[in-house]
Amino acid sequence: MKAIEARDVHLSFGETPALRGASISVAPGEIVAIMGPSGSGKTTLLHCLAGILVPDAGEIHFGDHRIDTLSENQRSVLRRDEFGFVFQFGQLVPELTAEENVALPLLLGGVKRTAALGKARPWFERLGLAGLERRRSGELSGGQAQRVALARGLVARPGALFADEPTGALDSLTGEQVMDLLVASAREQGTTVVLVTHEARVAAYADRQVIVRDGKVNALVHS
Amino acid sequence: MTLLGLLDREPSHGYDLKRHYDTFFSRGKPLPFGQVYSTLGRLARDGKIVVGEVEPGEGPERKRYVITERGATEVESWLTEPVEAEPNLQTVLFTKVVLALMLGRPAEEYLDRQRAAHLRRMTELTELRRNGELVDVLLADHGLFHLEADLHWIDTTVARLDALRKVVRK
Repeated sequence: MKAIEARDVHLSFGETPALRGASISVAPGEIVAIMGPSGSGKTTLLHCLAGILVPDAGEIHFGDHRIDTLSENQRSVLRRDEFGFVFQFGQLVPELTAEENVALPLLLGGVKRTAALGKARPWFERLGLAGLERRRSGELSGGQAQRVALARGLVARPGALFADEPTGALDSLTGEQVMDLLVASAREQGTTVVLVTHEARVAAYADRQVIVRDGKVNALVHS
Repeated sequence: MTLLGLLDREPSHGYDLKRHYDTFFSRGKPLPFGQVYSTLGRLARDGKIVVGEVEPGEGPERKRYVITERGATEVESWLTEPVEAEPNLQTVLFTKVVLALMLGRPAEEYLDRQRAAHLRRMTELTELRRNGELVDVLLADHGLFHLEADLHWIDTTVARLDALRKVVRK
């Protein structure tokens, strides 16, 4: 389990500042929800923490490593080996079956196909998807596809899982099922989770919530 | 009304009524026996229930209470009448925000504290619904949806604070 930290991060898109001194620290194994209004910079912050974007100034740390100074290739390897991702619309590869989608991070990491599929298959039972292993994404409901995406995000036992509006495209009951599974699986594996959401009901699954406003992180103080 | 409603389901002893009430409605605060029997006494006085067969033995718990037609009618109309949509909390929050702005106090900070308190309660309720029985899930859902509505209001109000400040500080 590793901690994730952003220190005084600034990032602009052209003339438009997205982050203006954002700092956040996520403890190993912690589940933190980043909330905030549209355009506040919460997804940009997630992308910086996950090594997708490089800040103009400030530092990003994952465990003992500073990741904002790594090359594009090094960050790519880090994302593949250490991070899992779940996005709003699943973003499954339509040409692959569900089990191949789940196995994808392992296949990309060099695991042999049989072994990768062997690790992918137990996730179907675990997430209530048994029998859907050979379906393609077009043959899955939104909730099923998102559970496949969740399995894909966790199959390689990543140190951190980054989830951007993971229930945004689902109805509330299906979204809650996905969140139940996400939290249970992450806790079981000890995965640190950073979750971006604008929904308070989703954020309530986290151990802690922060608000991003005007490119800065506001840690909510409990009185 | 809850005890009367439980009697509309089936005639019951005071002890069973308390047990059913505590199981489904008490939210962790068991109903005192004294309150059960004083309520039953009032309902009997008002003709909404009657004491049915008295079983052999001592003590009030031996009495079986039966709902009357009048009682059943009251339960029916209570069930069909919507609860007044009274936003109690909103009134308090609204007053706090407007007063804070009038007094030049940090309304946004107050609202953030309220947001934190709401989210903490929502986290507790989410934990309850993840581990609880279906009845707990339904109760938690009710709380969660209401707290979520308050949070929407808080978000919208925060976004409008500057405009609101100009209005109230005229």
